[in-house]
Amino acid sequence: MIAARRSLLSWSAFFASLAALPPLLPLLGVDGGGAVQIGVLNDIGIYLILALSLNIILGHAGIFHMGHTAFFAVGAYAAAILNTSCGWPILSALPVAGLLAALLAFLVAVPVIRLRGDYLLVVTIGVVEIVRICLVNNIFGLTGGANGIAGIGRAVILGRRLTTPADIFYLIWSFAALSVLLFSLLENSRFGRALNYIREDEVAAAGCGINTGRHKIQAFVLGAFWAGMAGTLFAVKTRLVDPESFTFSESVMLFAIVILGGAGSMAGIVLGTFLLIGLQEIFRDFLEARMLVFGAAMVAMMIFRPQGLLPARARRYDTGGRTGASPGAAGREKKPGPPAGNGAAGT
Amino acid sequence: MQEFLQQLINGLAVGGLYALIALGYTMVYGVLKLINFAHGELFALGAYLGLTLLTALGLAGGGPAAVALILLFAMGLVALAGYLLERVAYRPLRGSGRLTAVVSALGASIFFQNAMMLVFGAKARVYPGGILSGEVFTLLGAQIPATRILLLASSLLLMLLLYWFIHHTRTGAAVRAVSLDQGAARLMGIDVNRVISLVFLIGPALGAAAGVMAGLLYGQIKYDMGVLYGLKAFTAAILGGIGNIPGAMAGGILLGVIEALGAAYISIAWKDAIAFCLLILILIFRPTGLLGERTADKV
Repeated sequence: MIAARRSLLSWSAFFASLAALPPLLPLLGVDGGGAVQIGVLNDIGIYLILALSLNIILGHAGIFHMGHTAFFAVGAYAAAILNTSCGWPILSALPVAGLLAALLAFLVAVPVIRLRGDYLLVVTIGVVEIVRICLVNNIFGLTGGANGIAGIGRAVILGRRLTTPADIFYLIWSFAALSVLLFSLLENSRFGRALNYIREDEVAAAGCGINTGRHKIQAFVLGAFWAGMAGTLFAVKTRLVDPESFTFSESVMLFAIVILGGAGSMAGIVLGTFLLIGLQEIFRDFLEARMLVFGAAMVAMMIFRPQGLLPARARRYDTGGRTGASPGAAGREKKPGPPAGNGAAGT
Repeated sequence: MQEFLQQLINGLAVGGLYALIALGYTMVYGVLKLINFAHGELFALGAYLGLTLLTALGLAGGGPAAVALILLFAMGLVALAGYLLERVAYRPLRGSGRLTAVVSALGASIFFQNAMMLVFGAKARVYPGGILSGEVFTLLGAQIPATRILLLASSLLLMLLLYWFIHHTRTGAAVRAVSLDQGAARLMGIDVNRVISLVFLIGPALGAAAGVMAGLLYGQIKYDMGVLYGLKAFTAAILGGIGNIPGAMAGGILLGVIEALGAAYISIAWKDAIAFCLLILILIFRPTGLLGERTADKV
């Protein structure tokens, strides 16, 4: 419990210090009141929410899923269409966008979830491409073709219109904080433990009475639901959605964030998102060389540190002294064995 | 009928390219059980090297002999790149998990793609036209450019060579043995590392040939062309049964024809979606592909 409290504290400190940034940046004399920096943080926030949702699928359940952009796109377009064509306030589209993305995920997952890892990877890549081609081809006359949908209305919360990057910042990062809270509860739930068991050994998990197929589909659908809601936030932020925002390379980026940060580890994913998206923004001047370095770094990471930058720690539970250890010993840091839980090294 | 014949020839020409690229995927998958995501980039590299040599050597008006020379040069250089790729990005990961190798392959793919963008520029480059004969045959009323026939013939020739090599030489038998069972092959005295290196020479060389041919066929190349071609060729490899060499050839040609006919009779805008829908359907209903053998390995 001490560990849980400590982690709650450090997460609160992290989000609180981020929340202090928008009023602080102008005071520190950052150019233009820090609007650019806030914009970058908004991008990072959206990617963080997406990466956290992918983490359930890829990190916890160990499903090789490289098509997360497809669900993100469905959520963003659903929100955009509901707002511009049906006149819904954009934020009220949030649950519907999530549900539509979840529906797509369900339809994709049911037939293919039992495929072996790398085949599944290819199917999910195919899904991203199919979704993107549908968007470009203006499917059902709804998606606006290659130009996408512009003119999405501003979000309104409690009568306040969100107009500045700072307003959007608080919206996105509150959602990110909520995601961290809910996903950490999920991780430590019976469901989360079952997913980890499936990742480590599917046959043994099935032997212990876990319905592996159903759990994997649930993880997939849940991750997609969250990505769909992230899509709505994206629509709120950019007020324009077009197919070019949802390409295969975005999927690869998300995949890389989870794997390089540390599959199954939320702190790792936060670090990964800041590094990959943040550095990408900082090194905009070296636009061409940065992806070269990124590719080489991915190879090097897999050779030297396949478990990611901040790998997930093995779970420890307070046994209440029943195994003979004194109750106080449970919270003490023991030397961890080889990390049992990291999807990167698992097959 | 005329339209059908025309599209069929188009499809066969493109299918030949898919087949050549698919061979690289399928051979690597055979020996390493790895999807070599960087393979599409090696194909694009072949196209760029071919163009560079073509302009550097001033052979743009040289006819088929010059093209053959360029083709061999590009194949040799890309084979070297493939060899290095395996040594640097895949060999250190032998024995670690599948996902690790896949991520490394993705990293290598990003690396190659951006290296090509830096060296050759982000804009599309144009292959000089009319290197091969500009003649057009008329067959049953269909207009068939000689270039297509020549390209189809060359890709078929390369495939026949590969087939002969794999099935009628000792080294070819070693490649087959390693893809069947690495451990047993090692016990039989086969140097597994050499076989894997060999596969990473042959596969990329065939990919490079396809790259030069794609340049000649379409006249335009771009640094990121490897992604789409790669995914389609991979679809072709799955279609034929991954790991199966004749399967990749058949799958490539079949995919090219299906795509060309689909584009002509359904809609050109959905051309790329056809391949991916096919991919998903195959994986759901017949994951071993058309020619794949049933294996104990559960898909």
